[in-house]
Amino acid sequence: MAATELPRTWPTQKVLQPTPSELYPSSDNPDLLEINLGPNHPSTHGVLRVVTTLDGEIVVGLKCEVGYVHTGIEKNIEQKTYWKAIPYVPRMDYLSFFSGETAFCMSTEKALELEVPRRAEWIRVLFQELARLHSHLVFLGTGSVDLGGIALLFYCFRARDEVLDLFEMVCGARMHPRYCQVGGVAEDLPKGFEAICRKFIPFMRNQLDQYDELIGANPIWLGRTKGVGVLSPEFAMQMGLTGPNLRASGVPYDLRSANGGYGAYRELDYTPVVEQGGDVHARFRVRIEEMRASVDLIEKVLDGMPGGPIIADDRKVVLPPRHELHTSMESLIHHFKLVTEGFTVPAGEVYAPIESARGEFGFHLIADGGPKPWRVRLRSPSLVLLQSLAPLCEGVYLADLIAILASIDPVLGDVDR
Amino acid sequence: MGVIIRRVEHRGELTLDIPVDRLLDVCGFLRDHEGYDLLSDVTVVDYLGYQGEVAGYWGGGSDGRDINHYSHSGKGAVPEAAGPKRFAVSTTLCKVMTVTDGNHRRLRIRVWLDDNESISTLISVYPSADFHEREAFDLMGITFEGHPNLRRILMPDDWGGHPQRKDYPIGGEPVQFSDEV
Repeated sequence: MAATELPRTWPTQKVLQPTPSELYPSSDNPDLLEINLGPNHPSTHGVLRVVTTLDGEIVVGLKCEVGYVHTGIEKNIEQKTYWKAIPYVPRMDYLSFFSGETAFCMSTEKALELEVPRRAEWIRVLFQELARLHSHLVFLGTGSVDLGGIALLFYCFRARDEVLDLFEMVCGARMHPRYCQVGGVAEDLPKGFEAICRKFIPFMRNQLDQYDELIGANPIWLGRTKGVGVLSPEFAMQMGLTGPNLRASGVPYDLRSANGGYGAYRELDYTPVVEQGGDVHARFRVRIEEMRASVDLIEKVLDGMPGGPIIADDRKVVLPPRHELHTSMESLIHHFKLVTEGFTVPAGEVYAPIESARGEFGFHLIADGGPKPWRVRLRSPSLVLLQSLAPLCEGVYLADLIAILASIDPVLGDVDR
Repeated sequence: MGVIIRRVEHRGELTLDIPVDRLLDVCGFLRDHEGYDLLSDVTVVDYLGYQGEVAGYWGGGSDGRDINHYSHSGKGAVPEAAGPKRFAVSTTLCKVMTVTDGNHRRLRIRVWLDDNESISTLISVYPSADFHEREAFDLMGITFEGHPNLRRILMPDDWGGHPQRKDYPIGGEPVQFSDEV
């Protein structure tokens, strides 16, 4: 597209005033060195460019440049019917992919006032927790590589594969499953799923103990993480942090338990995992403990999984079952109308937040009464938590910057959308 | 407070419309006296052509185009917006640390803006508004007065137009030199 605005000018650091999310060097020392971390740097976990100003080895200036993987998902969803917008969503936060799907379906259900069957809610919780495990495993593995411990990556990715096998078993796709459906889930759990999932639970617990042994008492690990990048609870609130990063600062705010939770979490009585300290170590610990809590939740869900339908019985919203298409004219018409036109959603604004692996992931849906959303706003946690990188990195060593960036765990697909 | 113009409740969510010039006062009051300590989200909605034909799609003339001017679309008439003005800027606030009874309330504060109108930045009240406002400026073209660093965040620095607006064309690219035949 042709440029119609001013020619490209890079703002120099001097003309800009201080902002909360960027750090400018306070002196005009000519020995300062400005370097780019990224956009193709392995420790940025995606395409993030961190413009860093160094005084020797000390970080004195920092700003984040994002937008390298901006694909306009919000704009794209405006052109799709609600039903066809679902596959876009897991592509954003590709590590806790199932959370995104669930959030979108939940916001649509809220706007429709559609009741979801109990079994579907429980299945959703099961896969949300598996997605959280997947995300935290990738976090732990890549985070430890950033700190120089390469062994943990292989352990974590082995366990991650087991999680993806479970997704593959239920819907055929390993990542980006598009398993969540408006009104419930797309298919029931296959035969034999429960047995395999039950085998996974002790395996995962054993793995988590191993991770603890690998890093828990490692003096290098402790030296690299303890007391680095300390985030006070008040500051975390000011910077809008949610999720594990906030809980690592001692604030027990988790949407799975706040206001009684959402979906099947209302029945499951989840207690948030909280760590004190707010440093890199606490942020790693909180995620390891959350993985334990996730495994416990998965076991609870398997024990208490209710029977019944997996999707709401509303033929104006939900696709009819496949076998009816051959025998019922009514179903065929409904199927045709739903696939070509989609369903309409009453006009109004709703916001449905859920607890994804990195915080409050919310869909702000503005419906105009037609078959396509008028506007969808994705409240992505990663964009918000990236703002706190600069204040956290003031005066730390460059190597600690890598540790801090790994510990706040942004996903760049989620930042840029 | 006597600043609430309209109160909208939909699906159990409360939205309060307030005048543009009172946004900073209201948010400061809500943070200091009502305990809304988390800025959860800033959403801008373009209501151009709401519940009618969508005004904008690709259609350039031989003399170039102003992609943010709605009369340039081929469809002619532009329907009325849903609210008093074209853009709605909603700020979602949430109570987190101040909660004692386990009820984390959410509240949406909404102001209405027209093209070329600006709004004051919320950075002084909620520092985390920084990236949200830069995104709103980048994708919707809303100007936040007093923002220290209002430049594009997701699109390239030399991009033309604001892609999230309803009259920004999708699905086409200008063909170079096609008007000089």
